[in-house]
Amino acid sequence: MKGPDRDTGWIMRRVTRRALFLGSLQLAVAGTLAWRMRNMQVDQTDQFRLLADENRINIRLIPPERGVIRDRNGTALALNEQNYRIVIVREDAGDVEEVLDRLTQLVELPERVIARTLEDTARHPPFVPITVVDRLSWRDISRVAANAPALPGVTHESALSRIYPAGPDFAHVIGYVGPVSETDLKRPDVPDPVLQIPDFQIGRIGAERHFEDTLRGTAGSRRVEVNAVGRVMRELDRRDGEPGSDVSLTIDADLQSYTQARMGPESAATVAMDVHTGDILASVSSPSFDPNLFVRGISSADYAALNDSRLRPMSNKTVQGTYPPGSCFKMVTALAALEAGEIDADERVFCPGHRDISGRRFHCWRRGGHGRVNLVSALSESCDIYFYELAERIGIDRLNAMAARFGFGERFELPMSSVAAGLNPTREWKRANRGEGWQIGDTINASIGQGFVLASPLQLAVMTARLASGRKIMPRLLKARDGVEAEVSTPDRLGISERWLGKVREGMDEANNHSRGTARSVRVVLDELRMAGKTGTSQVRNITPEERATGVLSSEDLPWERRNHALFVGYGPTAAPRVAVATIVEHGGSGAQAAAPIVRDVLLHALHGGMPPLDAYPEAQRNRIETQQEELARMISLRRGAAGG
Amino acid sequence: MTYLEYTVKRVPAGFAKVFYLDWGLVVLLMAVASIGFLMLYSIAGGSLQPWAEPQMMRFAVGLMMMFLVAFVPIWFWRNMATLAYALSILLLIAVDLFGVVGMGARRWIDLGFFRLQPSELAKITTVMALAAYYDWLPLRRTSHPLWVLIALVIVIVPAALVLRQPDLGTALLLVLGGGAVMFLAGVHWLYFTVVIAGAGGLVSTVLASRGTEWQLLADYQFRRIDSFLDPTLDPLGTGYHINQSMIALGSGGWSGRGFMEGTQSRLNFLPEKHTDFIFTTLAEEFGFVGGVTLLTLYMLIVIFCIVAALKHLDRFAMLLTIGVTVTFFLYFATNMAMVMGLAPVVGVPLPLVSYGGSAMLVLMLGFGLIQSANIHRPRGL
Repeated sequence: MKGPDRDTGWIMRRVTRRALFLGSLQLAVAGTLAWRMRNMQVDQTDQFRLLADENRINIRLIPPERGVIRDRNGTALALNEQNYRIVIVREDAGDVEEVLDRLTQLVELPERVIARTLEDTARHPPFVPITVVDRLSWRDISRVAANAPALPGVTHESALSRIYPAGPDFAHVIGYVGPVSETDLKRPDVPDPVLQIPDFQIGRIGAERHFEDTLRGTAGSRRVEVNAVGRVMRELDRRDGEPGSDVSLTIDADLQSYTQARMGPESAATVAMDVHTGDILASVSSPSFDPNLFVRGISSADYAALNDSRLRPMSNKTVQGTYPPGSCFKMVTALAALEAGEIDADERVFCPGHRDISGRRFHCWRRGGHGRVNLVSALSESCDIYFYELAERIGIDRLNAMAARFGFGERFELPMSSVAAGLNPTREWKRANRGEGWQIGDTINASIGQGFVLASPLQLAVMTARLASGRKIMPRLLKARDGVEAEVSTPDRLGISERWLGKVREGMDEANNHSRGTARSVRVVLDELRMAGKTGTSQVRNITPEERATGVLSSEDLPWERRNHALFVGYGPTAAPRVAVATIVEHGGSGAQAAAPIVRDVLLHALHGGMPPLDAYPEAQRNRIETQQEELARMISLRRGAAGG
Repeated sequence: MTYLEYTVKRVPAGFAKVFYLDWGLVVLLMAVASIGFLMLYSIAGGSLQPWAEPQMMRFAVGLMMMFLVAFVPIWFWRNMATLAYALSILLLIAVDLFGVVGMGARRWIDLGFFRLQPSELAKITTVMALAAYYDWLPLRRTSHPLWVLIALVIVIVPAALVLRQPDLGTALLLVLGGGAVMFLAGVHWLYFTVVIAGAGGLVSTVLASRGTEWQLLADYQFRRIDSFLDPTLDPLGTGYHINQSMIALGSGGWSGRGFMEGTQSRLNFLPEKHTDFIFTTLAEEFGFVGGVTLLTLYMLIVIFCIVAALKHLDRFAMLLTIGVTVTFFLYFATNMAMVMGLAPVVGVPLPLVSYGGSAMLVLMLGFGLIQSANIHRPRGL
């Protein structure tokens, strides 16, 4: 039997000693904890309280309202639309699937939207509102709001989004807005805090991009208390930002839409310009695309379709596309020779249909030749041999200098994306780029706008405006910014004798109105709207001697991408020029047939300020034109309706 | 001591046992648990649901269990010690095989009506087993290497099983609790010196094993060590818990931000605010005063128990009482040190305050044993 004996007493003393040791150890630990608590809660509390406030107070930026882009008459081309989206918070909804099911009875929701929402709600942290569907009308939203009790966790938010009411007509001029990219945020200059706003959109191309600073405005801010997952609990205070400023362009919206419709599905570009101010009245590249698709987030299939089309709808051909100007260049050659005194306007040159120059035979477009031609008839009938003769006399240097005075090879400062300089070739250019010396054949080709010469439709319009006004017209697109009109100054004279310019204008007038003119069929019969112009048909590649021998000569017999480009430049009215128009129809065949009718219609529309009057057209064409006009009017109103809705 | 001795030395029997309950301890336990209810009510935004009410129910069940255990004679529990220990080892093996995975570890067994965490149970049963072992062991053998080794095995087996889950914190607490009982039982100082030195060596080895093929800890455990050493290193990742916890605690100030006014907990910045990090909510809303009050209550419980233990002449009762007390102390000390950034983040709840069943019920069982030892202490000699 064990009992409380001597042994036990000794054990108990030792146990007591050790128990007291353990107890003191525990007290020491507790003391340390208390000391630490005092340290944090009494000595450092200010610092921790600051951190707690940083945690809970968030500064939220309020996106500024983007400025509106208008045409010269005040029509809005890019504006902001209030729209609504439905969001769902999983924690408030309870059974998300059930709630979405009820929502489907009020608003049309495709299967995949429901699937995506379910996926999103499962993936995101709690209390984060998930967008179910956006861009809803007020009617849909009011239906949802009325049924709110049956839809727990479902709320709507409103936001402004960019809309382009004229749809594709201004895609290339206005451009579009899109989400902020990583590179935008990494710009070396101090980034605008507004870019950090989720879903904020900035101008990606065109005027939207170039006037970004004017249009954007500055962000407002509000301080909100948020919880750990970012849910806003309440607003503490708010400071409003500055909305963006409006921008007005020189474009005439009606003319632009008409031109777009008039060019139809062709791969073509047209620029219409005021010959006194350089105002770009229309700048149309066809085919176009709907910029609204990009704002909403274009599907990859749609994007691929745009990107892969051989008609290049995303390229702004009016300034990006450069083409051999063909016979439209002949006015420059003529003026270079006249000013150099190498030819007299009345001197006649014999055109047998071809000309041999240093061992090579150069052909006139008319096999049989034009016979004896002077400057005016050479322009009006577009005789090539006459200009070969001039080219031989003046040489490339003087031709190049004259072309430069008309804007060839010059990159115009315009608020558009990728404005091309084209090419006004010189000896130095050829040596640097081709590694060869300049040949006489190159001059011959350049004299009729072939060979190395490349120009954009914009440059051709500038050339035509300068020819018509005799002044150094510069193109401009910005009319007013933030209510301040852009400066208009009368441009300097070109410094070319009115006598020589008059001769060239006479040639252009005869091209349209003389019985042997190349564009006689597209003349304007009303004197007050009378048009002068010049056809151009530029070769995409040289015709080989074999082809010539086998007789494949007609452009129509070739595959589309090898056919000639059709060009036409024109201005009017001839008595007191106001508007110049340049059109190119890619692989359109003959300039007179494919491009000139477009120029005439656009010019008449611009001069008349509306649908061209039927009596301006030759009588025989009026029936056809009338049908065509009805068709165009229908197309324009249809497209307006589609984009508006 | 034998049954005969107990009967001879007038052990309270029948209804009289109620008067020999340590009522002071019961009041202290209820005070601590009430602080828990208050905090759970506050965290739920002023609502008894979803935490405060279930917690009250659980505490009520816990009190019942404590009384039940208390009225059963302590020698019965001594005889049950081996069985209880064996059962908890079996449960730990079962959890390894069929346990429910939660938060990256396999810790629970789903019993249908209750999710049991056997590692909590093991803390008490290991202490019981050790106390019974030393009660049986002849005194002169206490420091004999072989008999020390057996005691070590009793501790290491459950600790190793818990470490497998993996739950480093509970395993360490098990080892520390067991070590305290061995220390009290009179194992020679030298062993502890060697173990402490060895532990130091082990820690260096574990740290050195990082990134090698024989890496001894899971990556998340290494990250916890990193974030403990420098919480600001990864404020949104593993350092998040400790950073937010310290902000909440520090911003409480002297008297706190007021009941239900803590922005850190109300706005959800605090993680696990109703379980492991509940102390930060208390410290945020009631400040230094609140925190020290709870710490004082805890220490009073510890002191009550140690004082009671010192009266025991029975070796089992003495070792068990202090063993359970040390386990209890280790719970709250580790938890508080953790939320104050003094210890790495290990999953240890704040005893009787954190929301959760297993730990509370097991601790109430432990206090039942302490009460039982107290009631059945032979008196009137």
